[in-house]
Formats: sequence, structure tokens, C-alpha cells
Amino acid sequence: MSNLLSLTTFIPLVGAAILALFLRGNDIAAQRNAKWVALATTVATFIVSLFIIGQFDPSNTGFQMVEERDWLLGLKYKMGVDGISILFVMLTTFLMPLVIASCWNVSDRVKEYMIAFLLLETLMLGVFMALDLVLFYLFFEAGLIPMFLIIGIWGGANRIYASFKFFLYTFLGSVLMLVAMVAMFTDAGTTDIPTLMTHTFANENFSVLGVQIIGGMQTLMWLAFFASFAVKMPMWPVHTWLPDAHVQAPTAGSVVLAAILLKMGGYGFLRFSLPMFPVGSEVMGPLVLWLSVIAIIYTSLVALVQTDMKKLIAYSSVAHMGYVTMGIFAVNQQGIDGAIFQMISHGFISGALFLAVGVIYDRMHTREIDAYGGLVNRMPAYALIFMFFTMANVGLPGTSGFVGEFLVLMGIFQVNTWLAVFAATGVILSAAYALWLYRRVVMGDLIKESLKTITDMTSREKFIMAPLIFMTLLLGVYPALVLDIIGPSVAALVDQYDTATAAFGAAADLAAAPAAH
Amino acid sequence: MISADLSIVLPEVLLALYAMAALLIAVYTSKDGMASLLTWTTAGVFVLLAVWMMINGSGTQEAFGGMFINDGFARFSKIVILLSAAAILLMSEGYMQQRGLLKFEYPILLALAVVGMLVMVSAGDLMALYMGLELQSLALYVVASLRRDSVKSTEAGLKYFVLGALSSGLLLYGASLTYGFAGTTLFSGIIEATSDDPSLGLLFGVVFLIAGFAFKVSAAPFHMWTPDVYEGSPTPVTAFFATAPKVAAMALFARVVHDAFGGIVSDWQQIVAFLSVVSMFLGGIAAIGQTNIKRLMAYSSITHMGFALMGLAAGTAFGVQAMLIYMAIYVTMNVGTFAFILAMGRDGQVVTDINSLKMYSKNQPARALAMLILMFSLAGVPPLVGFFGKFYVLRAAYDGGLAWLAVAGVVASVISAFYYLRIVYFMYFGDETEGALDSKMSPVLWAFLMGSAAAMVFGVFNLFGIEPAAAAAAATLVN
Repeated sequence: MSNLLSLTTFIPLVGAAILALFLRGNDIAAQRNAKWVALATTVATFIVSLFIIGQFDPSNTGFQMVEERDWLLGLKYKMGVDGISILFVMLTTFLMPLVIASCWNVSDRVKEYMIAFLLLETLMLGVFMALDLVLFYLFFEAGLIPMFLIIGIWGGANRIYASFKFFLYTFLGSVLMLVAMVAMFTDAGTTDIPTLMTHTFANENFSVLGVQIIGGMQTLMWLAFFASFAVKMPMWPVHTWLPDAHVQAPTAGSVVLAAILLKMGGYGFLRFSLPMFPVGSEVMGPLVLWLSVIAIIYTSLVALVQTDMKKLIAYSSVAHMGYVTMGIFAVNQQGIDGAIFQMISHGFISGALFLAVGVIYDRMHTREIDAYGGLVNRMPAYALIFMFFTMANVGLPGTSGFVGEFLVLMGIFQVNTWLAVFAATGVILSAAYALWLYRRVVMGDLIKESLKTITDMTSREKFIMAPLIFMTLLLGVYPALVLDIIGPSVAALVDQYDTATAAFGAAADLAAAPAAH
Repeated sequence: MISADLSIVLPEVLLALYAMAALLIAVYTSKDGMASLLTWTTAGVFVLLAVWMMINGSGTQEAFGGMFINDGFARFSKIVILLSAAAILLMSEGYMQQRGLLKFEYPILLALAVVGMLVMVSAGDLMALYMGLELQSLALYVVASLRRDSVKSTEAGLKYFVLGALSSGLLLYGASLTYGFAGTTLFSGIIEATSDDPSLGLLFGVVFLIAGFAFKVSAAPFHMWTPDVYEGSPTPVTAFFATAPKVAAMALFARVVHDAFGGIVSDWQQIVAFLSVVSMFLGGIAAIGQTNIKRLMAYSSITHMGFALMGLAAGTAFGVQAMLIYMAIYVTMNVGTFAFILAMGRDGQVVTDINSLKMYSKNQPARALAMLILMFSLAGVPPLVGFFGKFYVLRAAYDGGLAWLAVAGVVASVISAFYYLRIVYFMYFGDETEGALDSKMSPVLWAFLMGSAAAMVFGVFNLFGIEPAAAAAAATLVN
């Protein structure tokens, strides 16, 4: 089928439209119908997306299943996938049914809740498939609207502050990217992403207000994109919206945020920053690497002292995203392979961790670590599952968490030994905060009166966790499943990057040579 | 000769004759009893004229020795003006009727104001410009104080009149300087006079002219009247102020700076860029503290004028195209938003406090959703059409070498996003409030609200084809 990608992207939108137009009433039956429609839609999307991966040819490093149509202003509606984006598409379609299933107990404005998630799925899929700058921006920014509403309407006590902070923070980051996109449009005369990836943007040094800018236009555009993706990622020091958003968002919102939305930043670096602004990346790369190291160590330390479980996991996410940015800007095969792997694996693990917090939050309505203790006595299945994902989060060999971190460290070791040394301490720190959290919540005697009647996970909750456990283990013992798909595309990206930066280096040497004489 | 000229200005002549005939008929018959009928027929005449221009218009014709120009640019602007004026008239009928404000003069005054606007956008000469501008302004001064028993409304009219007179004075001073140094009032003559090294007097002239226009489009720092007039006028009149006159004034602005001063782009460009950046930031920051939705919309329109001026500041044909598209989108959004505001009331009393919107979505999910779409569109968040307006002007500014203006514009758009989000917050996240707003909404208002929101969503496909039309219109102005 020639428009498989559009079909996948817009099935959730159709589901949302059906909910909005045809579902009436707010009684129990209507609520249940809304949930079933949403679940059926997301499952259908997942099934259709299986055809995408079925047709995908990993050895082809170009874009596949491309669709193209004319749009306004010389823009195009263009969709396609390559080795870098396809797994994010699959991650999204795989997780969304689980997300919908996880909010089965929601009873406040259920129809709207389901519509928001279905819209969000369309927009997230669009981000990973768009092959036109403005189309990408459209999906990227539009995702803010449903997320703003999810946090603001169904969130916790301090949801209003969190939703405004989330929206304005990320909006400010991305409007600068919009200006850079306009500049690229003017410079290259097109917004077609594959064309732009082979276009060389001006990289002659010039000065703005007396400040010499090495790498010229490329560096400026790189910075504008960085502003957007670094906030989205989020990187230290612009990560402060994330703990707020995570803590206040409802469980399902947190899962989507951690598992998929954060990956847009990493995907953006791989899709735009590296191939389109290689010189900018080369100039600014070291900065990113050091910011990543700070993020890993600093946010791990911050995670240690959190008293709120969701906040702890949110900081842990920031630390793990530190590995991702580090792997990406190591710009070698292992680094980028590791970064993508880490993103996929973090999608499963952090999603599962937020779901695990949701399980006990649904029962006790508090996320304070102090309110728990000794859960193992009454919730053995929960203890086991939570243990598994805690270990995966730490990076235990045999789980997917290990593969990603190991590859990133290997990649960064080739770039800078010191960075690798510092980054490796993050592994130890993550073990410290994750295991300590586990001990305080699950281990020990059950002395809290309020916990005496807590019940173990229901079969629905176990059923949601099962696929996540399966994927985490599968990728942990057989990482080639992912690496075979992304490998060729990553190799092509690294090749292209090396060629471009070598040319810039040679030009810079030539320019410097006469001055030396 | 004269008949050829008249056939070119036929739409304006017909509309003026219609207004006068309506006035006579109403005075000699049932007076205010006819007001409702007159409102509908006037809106109908506007729509007919717009359709006529859409079908009939082609090419560029000049009348009265170049004083009146009918070109693609004028037609595009006129269609937007006529349609938005018709929409506002239809929306105001129920509101005015209910509050005993529906005087028969109201539709007639609006018709006369529209005649003024049509003359403005077609002006090819400083005198025609001033004539159109004053015809428009005088009619608007009167409708601003339509609610005679209200101090605020009277104050609004007086304030508008005094400051409007001041701005007309500035404009006239600029016009006389221009005439003195160029030796002609015809735009085609002025552009020749500026072609080789314009004299200082001409530059002074253009500065004063621009100050006058900046007042009319309510660009900062000439915006002072806007919040008070918006707040004091009856809401339908506010809605009218926010739409058609803004389009006319922006079009006139574009016409003068390109047709008369197209040779000295770099001289006026910096002034327009300054107006643009100040308006965007002032509108965005000052709106944050507003609780009255009409004042809030006043600051919102100041911000939006800043964005439209960004397109104009580019000084290119693409910039004019971007400005036209921006204005068309802006007007559509405002019609919908004011349809919503007109229906805001409690027990028949007008409510303008945004706090009263608390939990509106619980009672009126469909209307709240439409308003949510409009608010995000006004904030310029994709995929809604408001975003494309921003995208066009940003591109125009960047291409015109004003990258700094583009960066300033997007930062300002983040600031102004805050207060649009605040309305969404009240409607969706707020706490329950005592005394919900009335659920009554006339079908006309409902249709405009929903239509405008739907346009914001479905316009994403091709902007309803206004892009090529605006491009053709801009090409006739700048060449």
C-alpha cells in the first residue's frame, strides 16, 4: 500500500473524531465505550504499523515508503521512515494501547481524556515520519496542546503551574527553531528534509556584535535547534519543567511524556542537528558532551534526595537522557547506536516505572516515599515486577538498559576518556538511588497502618506490564534486533558527518595556513 | 470620460447611495422599527458587493486621474473588509436588539464607515486617502458612543474622537509636507520625486504619515486609545473595531508606503520594524494583567498588528502578501472570538470578566472547545491556521533581512501565548464558580463561532485558497 504511513498516523485521529462526534452521554456505559473505542483504535494502529516494519528494508539507508503531496507556500506534505525513525514509530504504536489500558479506572471526563491521547498519538507519529520541516514543526508543536490539557485537566494538585510551565518552556524553545527553519527555507529554497540533509549550509565564520562565530550560519541554526531539542530532551540546565510536569501529570500522561515525548529531542538531534549542521555540531559538540556529563551526575545526585517517587523517576529520566545526548554527540557508530538503543529501552523501562508508581498511587493516593514500606509482604507480584524494572533502570546486564549504556560509554570512550570515566559514575549513582527507593518502598516490615489492606496487582495491571517485561528482556539478550535495523542508517549518518566535518577542517586549515606564514 | 471613471468606483457609489437611501427611508417611515431589517439588508449588500468583486474584478483601473485605483490589492482588501463587516453586523443584531441599542443609524453608520474604508484602500492620492480615512473615522466615533446612557461608552467615543483628531492632524501635517516637497499629492508623482535622493522634508512627511497610520492600526506607541475604546464601546462595536477598520488601515498603510514611498524602502522600513517590535511586546506584556476580556482583546489586537507590520516591514511583495494573509486570518479568528464574547452574559447582563469563564467547559463543551481552538490559533500554535499567519510574516521578515525582528517576534509570541492559555485555563482547569454563564446563544453567534473555529482547523489543508489570491494582490502593489 502506498500510503501506509499516513494511514498509521491518522487512524488515531479518526478514532478521536468518532469519539467526539458519535459518543454521547457521560454514564458508566458511555465511559466504557470510550475506553474500548480508544483501545481498539490504538491496537489497530499497532497492527497496521507492523506492516511498516514488515516492509522495511534495513539495508536501504534512504527514506522508505515515501509519500508526497503539494501543500501551501511550496511546502510539501511528505512522510517517510528510515532506520533512525522507524523504531520510534514502533515504540509509539506499541506503547499507546498499554497507556490507554493503564487509565481504565479514570472516571473524570473520560471521553475527552481518550480523545486527547488519541490526538497525541497522531501527532507523535507524525513527528517521527514527517519529511518536511514545517510539517515536522506542525506535529512537534501541536503535541503541546493535548499534553497541556492532559496535565492541566487531569493532573495533580499543582497541575496549573506545571501545565503552564510545560507549555511556555517548550514553546519558547521551539519558536527559535521555527526562525531557524525559516532561515533554512530561504537558504536552501526547500523544506524537504532529505534534500536539506545533503545541502551544505554556509559555515564561513562571521561575527555578530563583535563576537566571532565559528561555523557561521550553521552554528547559529544549530543553536536554535538545540534550544528546542535540549528543552524537549530535557538537558541540564533546562530540565526543570520535567519534574514538575511528571509529578503533576496523571499516570498515563507521565508514561507518554517519559516514554515517547522526550525521545523527540533525541530524534531531532539525529534528524536535523547532525546531518544538516555537521559543522555546527562539531563546534558545539564538546559543550553538549559536558552538559550531558553534568546532567548525568547532577540529576542522579538530585534524584537521591527526592521524597516523591515520581520526581525521583523524573530525575532519573533526565540522567538517562544525558547518556543519549552524549552518545549522539560522540558521533560514532557505537555512540549513536547506543543512544537510539537507550531511547527505545528507556521508553519501555521508564514507562513501566511510572506505571508501577501509578499502581500504588491508585491504591494509596500518595506518591510520598515515606508513606510506603514493606509492600513485599502484601504485594509479592508487584515487588517482583518493580524489582525487575528497577534493575533494568540501573542497567543490569541481561536487560535492555545495560546494552544502551554500555554502547554509549564505549562510543564516548573513543572520544574522550575522562568523559567516559565521569559518565560511568552515573551508573553507580543510578544504582544507589534506584535500589534505595526500592528498599524504602518495598522491603522491610509492613508497619504502616494504612498499608495493611493494600491489595496486589490486578490481572489488568499485570497484563499491561507483561509486554514491557518481555521487550526489556528480549532487547537485553538479543540487542541485534534493534541494532540490525538502525545500523546501516547510523553508519551512513556517521559517514556523511565525517565527510562534512573533514571538509570544514581542511578549509579551516587552509585559511589558517597563510596566517601562520 | 466621467462615466468611465464612475464605472470604476461603482461599488463605492452604490454603497453610498444605498446608505443615503436607507437613511431617508428609515427617517420617513418607522425609524428604529426598521433597524433590524436594515441590519440584515446592509449585511446582504456587503456580501453582494464582495461577491461582485470576486467575480468581476480583474486588472488595474485608475479613475479621476489616478486618485482612485482599483487593482488586485484593493479588491482583496475590500473583500476581506466587506465580508468581515457583514459578519459583525449579523452578529450584532441580536445583542443590540436585546439591549435596546439597535438604532436604525447603526447599520447606516457602519455602511458609511465601510464606504470610507473602500475609498481608503483604493486611494491613489493623498486627498482621496484623507477623505476615505475621515469618512470612516467619523462614522466610527459615533458608533463608539452608541450607548448614550453609559459613561464609559460616551467616554470611549470622546477619547476616540480627540485622539483620532490628533492623529488626523499628524497625518495631515505629513501629507502637507509631502505635498510641499514632492509638488503633487498623487502617489505616482510622489514616487517619482523620491526616486533620486529624497529631500529631508519628504522624509519628515513620511514619518508623520506613518505616525498617523500607526494610530489607526493601533500600533504601539500610538495604541493608548485602544483598550479604553474597546472596553467602553458596546461589544458589537468593539468587534467591528477589531476587524474591518484594521484591515482597511493596514491596507492603506501598505498602499502608501509602497505606491508613494516604494523608492525609499530602507528609510521607512526601520520605522515600521520599530512599530512592529514595540507593538508585539507591549501588547503581549500588557495583556497579562487584564481581567476584562474586551481589554484583553484590545491588547491582543495590538500584538497582532505588530505581527502584520512585521510583514510590511520586510518591504517586499512577499511581505505584503504575508500581511494580507495575516490580516485575513486575524479577522476570521476575531469574528469567532467576538461571537463568543457577545454571548457571554449572566441573567441577561453583559459579563466581560474572564473569571466568569471558570469551568465553562463543563456546561458548554462544544463552545468551550471552539474557543479553545480560537485561543490556540490566536497564540499561533500549529496546526491551527493562526500559525500559518505567523509563519508567513516570519518568512517575509527573514527574507527582507530582518532576522532580528523575526527572533523578537517569536519571543513575543511566547509571551502572548500566556494570556490565551489563561482563558483556556479558566474554561478547563479552573474551580467551580457560583452562577454559571447563560447557556443561551443565538444561532447566528453559534454559527459564527463554530464556523470560525472550524476554519482554523480545516484551513490547514490549503488556507481555503487565499494564498494565490494574496500573492496576486501583492504583486499588483509591489513590482
